[in-house]
Amino acid sequence: MATRLDIKFKVPDTRGWVKQANFENLGLKGKIKRVLVVDSYMVDAALTAAQTRQIGQSLANPLTEEITINASKPQGRFDWVIEIGFLPGVTDNVGATAAEAASDLLGKKFKASESIYSSQLFFITGKLTEDEVDKIAGSLHNPLIQRAQIKNYRQFVRDRGLGRVVPKVALRPGKLVRQVNLNVPDEELVKIGKQGIANPDGSRRGPLALSLPYMKAIQKQFAFLKRNPTDVELEALAQTWSEHCKHTIFANPLDEIKDGLYKTYIKRATEIIRQKKGDKDFCASVFTDNSGAIEFDQNYLITHKVETHNTPSALDPFGGAITGIVGVNRDTIGFGLGAKPVINTYGFCFADPRDRRPLYRDSNLTQKILPPKRIMEGVIRGINVGGNCSGVPTALGFMLFDDSYRGKPMVFAGTVGLIPKRARGLKLYEKQARPGDYIVMVGGRVGQDGIHGATFSSEGIDAGSPATAVQIGDPITQKKFSDALVKEARDLGLYRSITDNGAGGLSSSVPEMAKESGGCLVWLDKVPLKYPGLEPWKIWISESQERMTLAVPKNKWLKLKKLLQARGSEATVIGLFTDSGRCVVKHKRQTLIDLTMEFLHHGLPKLQLKSQAVKVVGSAGPLRPVKDYGPELLKMLGRLNLASTEFVSTQYDHEVQGTSVLKPLQGPGRVSGDCAVSKPLLTSNRGVVLSYGINPSYAELDSYRMAGAAIDTAIRNAVAAGADPEMLALLDNFCWCSSTDPKRLFQLKEAVRSCFDHVLLYETPFISGKDSMFNDFSGFDQKGRPVTISILPTLLITSIGVIPDVTKVVSLDAKTPKDLVYLLGRTDDELGGSEYMAMVSEELGEKFTGQNVPQVDCLRNRKLYSDFYKCVQKDLIASSISVGRGGLALALAKTALGGKLGSKVDLAALPGQAASSQQRLFSESQGRLLVTINPKNQSEFEALMAGNSSALMGQVTDTDSIQIQNGRQTVAKLSLAEAHKAYKSAFKGY
Amino acid sequence: MLKPRILVLSGYGLNCEEETAFAFERAGGSAEIVHLNDLIRGIKKLKNYQILAVPGGFSFGDDTGSGKAFANKFKNHLSGELQTFVESDKLVIGICNGFQILTNLGLLPGALVFNDSARYIDRWVDIKIEGKSPWLAGINMLSVPIAHGEGKYFAEPKTLNQLKKAQRIAATYAKGDICRREDLPANPNGSLNNIAAVLSYEGRVLGLMPHPERAISFTQLPHWTRLKEEHLRAGRALPKDGPGLQLFQNAVRYFQHR
Repeated sequence: MATRLDIKFKVPDTRGWVKQANFENLGLKGKIKRVLVVDSYMVDAALTAAQTRQIGQSLANPLTEEITINASKPQGRFDWVIEIGFLPGVTDNVGATAAEAASDLLGKKFKASESIYSSQLFFITGKLTEDEVDKIAGSLHNPLIQRAQIKNYRQFVRDRGLGRVVPKVALRPGKLVRQVNLNVPDEELVKIGKQGIANPDGSRRGPLALSLPYMKAIQKQFAFLKRNPTDVELEALAQTWSEHCKHTIFANPLDEIKDGLYKTYIKRATEIIRQKKGDKDFCASVFTDNSGAIEFDQNYLITHKVETHNTPSALDPFGGAITGIVGVNRDTIGFGLGAKPVINTYGFCFADPRDRRPLYRDSNLTQKILPPKRIMEGVIRGINVGGNCSGVPTALGFMLFDDSYRGKPMVFAGTVGLIPKRARGLKLYEKQARPGDYIVMVGGRVGQDGIHGATFSSEGIDAGSPATAVQIGDPITQKKFSDALVKEARDLGLYRSITDNGAGGLSSSVPEMAKESGGCLVWLDKVPLKYPGLEPWKIWISESQERMTLAVPKNKWLKLKKLLQARGSEATVIGLFTDSGRCVVKHKRQTLIDLTMEFLHHGLPKLQLKSQAVKVVGSAGPLRPVKDYGPELLKMLGRLNLASTEFVSTQYDHEVQGTSVLKPLQGPGRVSGDCAVSKPLLTSNRGVVLSYGINPSYAELDSYRMAGAAIDTAIRNAVAAGADPEMLALLDNFCWCSSTDPKRLFQLKEAVRSCFDHVLLYETPFISGKDSMFNDFSGFDQKGRPVTISILPTLLITSIGVIPDVTKVVSLDAKTPKDLVYLLGRTDDELGGSEYMAMVSEELGEKFTGQNVPQVDCLRNRKLYSDFYKCVQKDLIASSISVGRGGLALALAKTALGGKLGSKVDLAALPGQAASSQQRLFSESQGRLLVTINPKNQSEFEALMAGNSSALMGQVTDTDSIQIQNGRQTVAKLSLAEAHKAYKSAFKGY
Repeated sequence: MLKPRILVLSGYGLNCEEETAFAFERAGGSAEIVHLNDLIRGIKKLKNYQILAVPGGFSFGDDTGSGKAFANKFKNHLSGELQTFVESDKLVIGICNGFQILTNLGLLPGALVFNDSARYIDRWVDIKIEGKSPWLAGINMLSVPIAHGEGKYFAEPKTLNQLKKAQRIAATYAKGDICRREDLPANPNGSLNNIAAVLSYEGRVLGLMPHPERAISFTQLPHWTRLKEEHLRAGRALPKDGPGLQLFQNAVRYFQHR
């Protein structure tokens, strides 16, 4: 029988105080006297009592903790106890570590059926009703992955404790392989595609996300083969052909664009730019590998990849975000023969966390979706645990808030990698699996977590969304093999190719790598499993985390296996790469898949997409001039989209690896920046500069200009910190909604065309990208009325470049009183889609957006940025900030707040068409930088900036106020203290 | 001159081994990163090194409590070698997770429990050097970053008194340059008596929560861009080093000046 070990702090444990505060925030103020957190372990193994005690002792620090075995009596008075544990099969890192440590301690291997399971107990003292305790339990767990057990004191005494819950997976082995009859009417084909293969009991396995034309193509292929597909074949095709894997919206012909958006605009733009740059082309690997890569120096490449993990984060924010960041780390480890992850980035789009309106996935109102605050907290924590545990600095990120993310948050996760170009004469940035190489799976084992992730995220969220798509990451398992591969095996030449097991699991990684050799033969029964009895189709498509697939030459296999073993990692041969032209998958003697590589990869029919033009005219809205813009600026500083995100960046380790140069918080006033600089090679003075642009609030008005602004912002933010504008590369992440709707497709087409136009003028090549096309929620409100929520068309542009000398980097904070303040660039009447417009419109309770979305003049900006870069190289710039969301007013405030110095500036002489103070303060015209310089550098600076629009606005002061004039009139005056308070208070208590 | 050999431990989620080794190298030592399992399997021997550095990281993901599982594995296989090492005239440093591991090994007194905020935090702190140790010679105040979730130092009152008397409190959090510049509280995590670092074995074994290896270069400082302006305007060349380097130099010198 299992044994429960409870580990309790005997010294004050702050977790209890924090939990108490959290519970009180659920509307239970004053009702809770005390919360005690206890860590509980269920040991399910054949052990002697002495051995179990030994395990218990090793789990408790004798100085601070005490242990109780099979607690049957209450220890001290409490009113309620809540136990939160995992559901069977959900990754339990704490339990796994306890088991590993116990096995090392006892010198005893645990059997497959033996394990340790972790849970947490919350002992609560306070007069609470059952409903109130339910509410607390609800706030502590996500029923998709966790279970909650609640007992009051009396029940605890009566039941003699909490009982012994062993969340073991018990699978009934089903029939091994099943044929799926495709000689059926179209309606049934549609059903199979939409709801999945029918189980014997009539229920369905879950979405294949295969539309009728795809199902018909499969039907035709198997008619030609004169047989029915196996269930595994159909599941495999669904994975390989999914929107998630094949990016059909970007690949299919759209209107007159025969080759599709990706080839025509994104890929072609990069080709043209690389040609134009000629000798100065710094791209090393674009679009083909798991990340894109550019030159870092003579010996190294820098890689970058940004992923989205939206759907998983909607269902389980913590699990979705942690697997997002740990997953994109694998896109780095899977670049070439393995790059070392050196920087993580994140980006979150959430709904207002104060929004408490409930939403449901089903009409019976039983499946409530998580409220925005829960999603936000879970996602933030997921990136925290994933990044921190992996030892990768999280250098840069952002949070953006809009109502349209209520149904589904956007969670971006990016990783920069560093890889030497060569080792032992091998090119490390190239890979080539050869026929005869072993297919080797490295890392975690396979379970039924993450079934249908790829197909699922190719659709919107509704009541049919499968819970098994949710997974939790295990960063330490990954850290172990990542170090072993990237820091040891790679340079020893122990494998020839490597890729990540992400969406689609083995069904995606193996056939993808098999393209290199020309085929594969897989033995599914060799795949190590988390628990026995997993059906073959699940083994093939499971997205269990922390796994890589390698191509290993036979004569290197033993050496690799031994090395990985010595590093605590598991590696298993699961098949052979071949040149048969076929993908063959077997389970013992049965053949489960036998398809040509050609059909698997290229059999999906091209579908013509059609767009329909939409012309949106924004509502101008009753903007009225205000006498004193001081209070307006204070309100702006406190808005979720502009306020300090310090509470997020300080809980992410941004200094591990010792590489940070420009940190997330800048200046003594600790202002959140939009750019990071890192020195990834400790022995070099070269730096990597990273930034981003994202402007969804412009998208509905004009998606062409929205994309232009995102590109300009990404470039400008980096330039502001000292990047060479001629040395920047870009990444694109399109997150769209209802992507089969012709109107949405029109917006998409406009945005992608805009990308092409803008990057050509800036000569900034795209090196990598990823899209997520169906970010829609359809469900029900509190009253059971149907609700559809689609996200704003959201384009994240990421910029990356190399800085030759990091000591040239400029931060945003004002440095010295009497320094001169300049605004570079033009300010036009461009309040359309601006944050100021959003604020005014919210205050009036109306929806108007403004009309003029900022328009980018690339050629003008490019000259300005280049000239500015020259000033940076000559150390002429004391501070510099890119003028973005919130306009000039925000840039002025952040410069002052960052430096803890006042300023006195005049708006009168600004170049551009912005006429009123309101427009000059809050217009979001692109292409602008706000800089301060040492007065001694004035003439040299002005000479270098000649021919650009610029205005000397005033100076930095040693007063404690920001004073903004428009000629003789003071239009805003606010103290640094009140500005600081407004800026830092929005997320107080988070 | 003689270069002392430094063993920087790695494996199971430790993750600061590269920059820690780099800091020792830059201080003039000869650092080697060694996986715990290579020590256990006897491929590398502790006795061949003068300094043992247990770097920061997230060994075993902090599961079951920070440093616990790693310390247990160490103890299960290497307790004898470790005891011999600390009792001879050699140096040991445990940084952050390394500090947590050393307390769990029983080499250093006290324990590190959850921060008062119950949240991981990365920021800079100022520490005041209080103890007597080869590691700390000639240092009074030090500005360095911390990054941890379980860094609140705890010990029984009796132990705290003894530590103080024996000058075994290596450093305490104090208001210095960084805290004043950035308006930050001195004690970032609620540590008892503001303790940031402690000593054992006549000061040869040092455990500290802050990361000195992240403060060895000028551009690692949070305010280097401001210092740069000050230097430029005063016509001075930019410094290259950060304050944390001295700790590593002290350790290297300990073996060179004998």
